[in-house]
Amino acid sequence: MDEFEEIKATFFQECDELLADLESGLLAMESGGRDPETVNAVFRAVHSVKGGAGAFGLEPLVRYAHVFETLMDEIRAGRIEAETDLVRVLLRAADVLADHVSAARTNGQADDAASAAMVAELEAWTRGEAAATPAEAVAPAADDEDDFGFKPAAVSFDFDTPAPAAAATWRVTFTPSPALYAKANEPGLLLRELARLGTVTAELDDHQIPPLDALDPEGAYLTWHVTLATAADETAIREVFEFVDGDCDLHIEREGAASSSCDVDISALLAAAQAAPGEPALPQAVTAPDDIDISALLAAAKADVAQDPPAASPAPAAPPIARADPAAAKAAPARPAASESQVPQSTIRVDPERIDRLIDLVGELVINQAMLAQRVAAHGFAPSSDISMGLDELEQLTRAIQDGVMAIRAQPVKSVFQRMPRLVREVASQTRKQARLIMEGEGTEVDKTVIERLSDPITHMLRNALDHGLESPEERIAAGKAAEGTVRLAALHRSGRIVIEVQDDGAGINRPRVRQIAIDKGLIAPDATLTDDETDNLIFLPGFSTASQVSDISGRGVGMDVVRRSVQALGGRISIASRPGEGSTFTLSLPLTLAVLDGMVVDVAGQTLVVPLTAIVESLRPKTGEVRALGPQGAVLAVRDTFVRLIDIGCALGFRDTAIRPDEGVVLLIESEDGSRFALVADAIQGQRQVVIKSLEANYRQVDGIAAATILGDGRVALIIDVDALVAVRREPSRSPEPLSFAAE
Amino acid sequence: MKILTVDDSRTMREMLRMALIKAGFNVVAAVDGEHGLEMLQECGADVIITDINMPKLDGFGFIERVREDGAHRATPILVLTTESDQAKKDRARRAGATGWIVKPFHPDRLVEAIRRVAA
Repeated sequence: MDEFEEIKATFFQECDELLADLESGLLAMESGGRDPETVNAVFRAVHSVKGGAGAFGLEPLVRYAHVFETLMDEIRAGRIEAETDLVRVLLRAADVLADHVSAARTNGQADDAASAAMVAELEAWTRGEAAATPAEAVAPAADDEDDFGFKPAAVSFDFDTPAPAAAATWRVTFTPSPALYAKANEPGLLLRELARLGTVTAELDDHQIPPLDALDPEGAYLTWHVTLATAADETAIREVFEFVDGDCDLHIEREGAASSSCDVDISALLAAAQAAPGEPALPQAVTAPDDIDISALLAAAKADVAQDPPAASPAPAAPPIARADPAAAKAAPARPAASESQVPQSTIRVDPERIDRLIDLVGELVINQAMLAQRVAAHGFAPSSDISMGLDELEQLTRAIQDGVMAIRAQPVKSVFQRMPRLVREVASQTRKQARLIMEGEGTEVDKTVIERLSDPITHMLRNALDHGLESPEERIAAGKAAEGTVRLAALHRSGRIVIEVQDDGAGINRPRVRQIAIDKGLIAPDATLTDDETDNLIFLPGFSTASQVSDISGRGVGMDVVRRSVQALGGRISIASRPGEGSTFTLSLPLTLAVLDGMVVDVAGQTLVVPLTAIVESLRPKTGEVRALGPQGAVLAVRDTFVRLIDIGCALGFRDTAIRPDEGVVLLIESEDGSRFALVADAIQGQRQVVIKSLEANYRQVDGIAAATILGDGRVALIIDVDALVAVRREPSRSPEPLSFAAE
Repeated sequence: MKILTVDDSRTMREMLRMALIKAGFNVVAAVDGEHGLEMLQECGADVIITDINMPKLDGFGFIERVREDGAHRATPILVLTTESDQAKKDRARRAGATGWIVKPFHPDRLVEAIRRVAA
């Protein structure tokens, strides 16, 4: 990627941040925050998008941003009041701006009609016509193009070749005023610029210099008479004096004939100009001796400037402002002192591939370390031996490296969440519902591999919540609720996983209707007995939602079963809880990373399996009396004062037909996602280990009850158990809602 | 020659840095007016290029502070902004700006503007 493309990438990255700032600023304004800093921040966000877009010649984006910015400027100046209606328009305008940005990013085309309509609306507000009459989408005026369109420099100098043959001779009279010097402009530099246009003869007129006792060191007494032979036109000449317009007397007139014969010694001229303001005693006119030592003169002039306040500086030499020095120095104690080209930034940008590669390598390191440890143990080294202890340290270091590397790749879910307010606005307007989105836990961090996969399920759950969850405003009012529904999107860490909750305060799942659909589609028998939970979860069944049930808003043709499958493929789960009339909550849980896992390695029926440590509450060796049979197949285990259902891992996964006696094996007490507890029976525990997750799906195929695979220290493959899936397999066909209820029986 | 750039936009800072370094300048970058004053104090500068719309201390305030500071009052300051409208330019000049560069700038234009205000 060349440097320009890199900066362009930086620009789009910055756009994402700016758009997020823009949105949060507008949302703050919507809820009443109209303080100048908030409004200013909103203005700056639009302004910066426009500025950057201009640099890359992204015309449509620039034009649109300009209209937006103009209105924001009016609001900022207090000429237009940011009433709620207007802020809502601005929020939609921000959405269109985001569209323009993404169109520019993909070299695509923004929705012209939507953009033009929004431009008309924004312009109407800018004109003070609140009721936006979709006036003619005003084509940007020609001077807009000059101001904001990208255009190459109008004047380009070729420094290496001599100036073109003079087409005309100009007389330029230039008399700086004190203000010119006060702004740090230098006549000598302007004359040098003039000399670039052609050949220059300059004459310094110092007649205005008063006697020394009357001389004001801040005054300006000099006039230059310049004869310029050039092919350039008057505009080009005036352009040289652009910065000092108003701070000098300037007369430019064209002479009849070209006379390019007299060459000027620019360096002498420069030296004179440089020295002139402070040194009125210099030669009256530039005589251009050949042997003049320019650099010495320049150095001398500069030295003067350095010693005293420059003669050209404004106003009485005020004492240096004290606060500037120590205060500023103290304000930045962390910054290393004066280093050139020092760019203050607290982040570095790294190609993600490098980090991925690092994570792979660390994964190999973990496996390697485990193999080494196993071999050392096999050779009979005592745990207290130097080698074993050294290996322990190596293990800790390996773990620390792994955590550190994973932390580099961890990102807050904010990047996904920030797209959601817009989605909610759009779906709400399409479905004619009123919805307020509350987001919590945006700072929750999760591995990049997971974050990339969060967007689709969250989008789907939110669409679903608005489309099917929330009622229409009329229905809500009739039900005694506020017309505006609330959807809550939250992220949190729970037992080593990231949990995303989407909660609405809508009508809840229409169970009779869901049941009817399931029966119609042949998913359940007409006389099936289902608990409320089971009914609710029917929506996840393959074939439940089809195009006729799912509007284009909710589904984009994708049913909840597809969402659930894709979530499960990541080792995640999705569930729903619903209360009629009060709303529904979708809960999505995913591992924090898809790279490594802390696991308990167990033996089951001659197989080595890994149980995720996060699921295990405790491991125990039950006594005979604690196990009670429950029916022909089942058994429960008394754990303190409750009973927990026993599941033989070997039977559940089909490794054996007959369960072993729990009191001959070990029991892992596990807690599933919904909080219920089960006891898994294994033959023996090998120990805890961190394992590198290798996708079973990618290398083999999906297996019920198995989340993934890993490679053990001895090089063998071990399967990682998906505890919840295993439990779910065992629960069917009809499970008791709460295993704890066994205690009551 | 050392150039101090003051701009809250990372994109603009990068653009400036690339163009200025290619033209053979040293670059010091600050993210807002307050930071600009700090960097000027710490690193000094031969020319300052500043944005106008910035958080904390905007371009106008920044220029005024530089001009009232004895050590750097004679340092040329170029205002860099998309606003080419006269009011903004005038205000920047009243604050003490030496010149301006209208965004989007062509790198040649940038160098030309610097040359016009610095030896």
